[in-house]
Amino acid sequence: MTDLSKNIQALREMKAVVEMGGGEKAIEKQIAMGKLTARDRILSLLDENSFHEYDLFVKHDGRDFGMDKKDLPGDGVVTGTGTIFGAPVCIYAQDFTVAGGSLGLQHARKITKIMDHALKMKCPIIGINDSGGARIQEGVGALAGYGEIFYRNTIASGVIPQISLILGPCAGGAVYSPALTDFVFVVENISKMFITGPNVIKTVLGEDISMEDLGGARVHAETTGNAHFYALSEQECFEQVKRLITFIPWNNQQRAKSFESKEPKTDLNIETVVPVDPKQPYDVRDVIRCIADDSDFLEIQEMWAANIVIGFGRMGGETVGFVANQPMVLAGVLDCDSADKAARFIRFCDSFNIPIITLEDMPGYLPGVDQEHAGVIRHGAKVLYAYSEATVPKITVILRKAYGGGYIAMNSRHLGADFMFAWPTAEIAVMGPEGAANIIFRKEIMEAEDQEAMRQEKVKEYIEKFANPYVAASRGFIDSVIEPKETRALLLHALKLSVLKEEYRPAKKHGLPPF
Amino acid sequence: MEQKENEWVDFAVTARKYKTKLTTKYKNRKVWHKPFIGDVISLLPGTIVKLEVSVGQEVKVGQLLLIHQAMKMYNQIVAPVSGRVVEVNVTEGNQIPKDHLMIKIEPK
Repeated sequence: MTDLSKNIQALREMKAVVEMGGGEKAIEKQIAMGKLTARDRILSLLDENSFHEYDLFVKHDGRDFGMDKKDLPGDGVVTGTGTIFGAPVCIYAQDFTVAGGSLGLQHARKITKIMDHALKMKCPIIGINDSGGARIQEGVGALAGYGEIFYRNTIASGVIPQISLILGPCAGGAVYSPALTDFVFVVENISKMFITGPNVIKTVLGEDISMEDLGGARVHAETTGNAHFYALSEQECFEQVKRLITFIPWNNQQRAKSFESKEPKTDLNIETVVPVDPKQPYDVRDVIRCIADDSDFLEIQEMWAANIVIGFGRMGGETVGFVANQPMVLAGVLDCDSADKAARFIRFCDSFNIPIITLEDMPGYLPGVDQEHAGVIRHGAKVLYAYSEATVPKITVILRKAYGGGYIAMNSRHLGADFMFAWPTAEIAVMGPEGAANIIFRKEIMEAEDQEAMRQEKVKEYIEKFANPYVAASRGFIDSVIEPKETRALLLHALKLSVLKEEYRPAKKHGLPPF
Repeated sequence: MEQKENEWVDFAVTARKYKTKLTTKYKNRKVWHKPFIGDVISLLPGTIVKLEVSVGQEVKVGQLLLIHQAMKMYNQIVAPVSGRVVEVNVTEGNQIPKDHLMIKIEPK
């Protein structure tokens, strides 16, 4: 009896030593940078008392350069399982207080072990990155570690949701794990992500740039699109992660959790949100707020490629993905970045059984030399691919403009939309009236005495004849022309009707999306 | 492929230099400059349909500066920062290209 209590005491003491990570001084330094410790981060994210730690006593592999004499508690990473709002998750957090969170082979093996566990248990995996990079002393062992993580990120892709938090530096090869995951979270002043740092860029290319301007949180949220969620503090970031978890299923064989259906609570009137004049801008998120449960909308990649809006909401208590053109930014055009953004989101929804609602108001693809040379053909094709490939319920509401290639791309009937609704303000045509009139009535305009008057007349004629939803409706390309007020009720009806939707694709190893 | 002797250049990647050729895209790349927060630059080619500010005027962040018609839309261009307008390089009816410095604001 006394022997047992001795053993328990010894275990507790050993645990206490390892749980101190890099020691008091290193922890003080971490906190001075505005950062929590790895273990505190996990505890802040998970439900109270739900964390169970794995591999606390793992020892590192380093034998060279005096590493064999060094002890690295937990080998610089904390791993384990827990719950978030009752949802099971696997989680790991790199511990910057231990050798700068550097990654050696055993550090990586702790991560791959918890990733394998997540894949087997079919639950989301959350990775908290805060690391100086590869542990140089371990050499190729560290590289092997990275590779084994990337391989699992890829295998788990589309099976379990993968979430990455960048809460410190994440540089060099390390960036490719977050890049392979579904959602990347960054925090102002804390997150730093790049392949090569400012020093190397300066010596090799002579370009002078600060770490923040090169790969700070804002840069990734606004310019590169690498980050999906941006927060001002770690606490805000954790709240974002928890909110996201409520919207997504645990794995690809399940649906997201159902909630009670709630009416939208906005004071906005859907009939006045969208100006009748197709040239007047508005915020398409107001339309989403008018139709989503409780007017609740979790926007993803809010600052990057803001000409398209993506995110999760609920309809009748069930999660849906919204994809909407944003007339308020760049007139709502599709371009390289917005196509990338939408396509990846559509594929996430399709992988995880989330119906997609598309709200369309777009003038077309963005013209310009820079766009053409940046490969808008290749990038734009991703949207067509993603919509066509998706077998989840696909519903489109055309609010106003649906022109040309954009009309086809934004989940048209022709790409397999299940329901096509259009407001009476919809304009569905091959191109805008001004451009179309100039081509179709070229001869009449050229021969007219007053060319400008004739042009105006023909533009008007074209608008009356074609800038409406009825030509498309007469071909059956649109199922119903609806009143804006009916939108929510009809979307709920459509979603209810498609609960048992089944659609099959020819068997294949995998498709070849244009990326 | 035909290769000329002078196509081979020294190319540094981290600490070592390698003899290699360059791609056209790499040769034409633009060197990064830190953007100035008060510069209001056109993101699309288009027409200025309305100008709401003049030189010397104080503006607040989010205040409407001008309306820029592009891609069938009256785009509202607002002040990125609070400050004083020091340059206005457009007039109503102007057709402007992409990347045109329309207005410069001196931040407060």
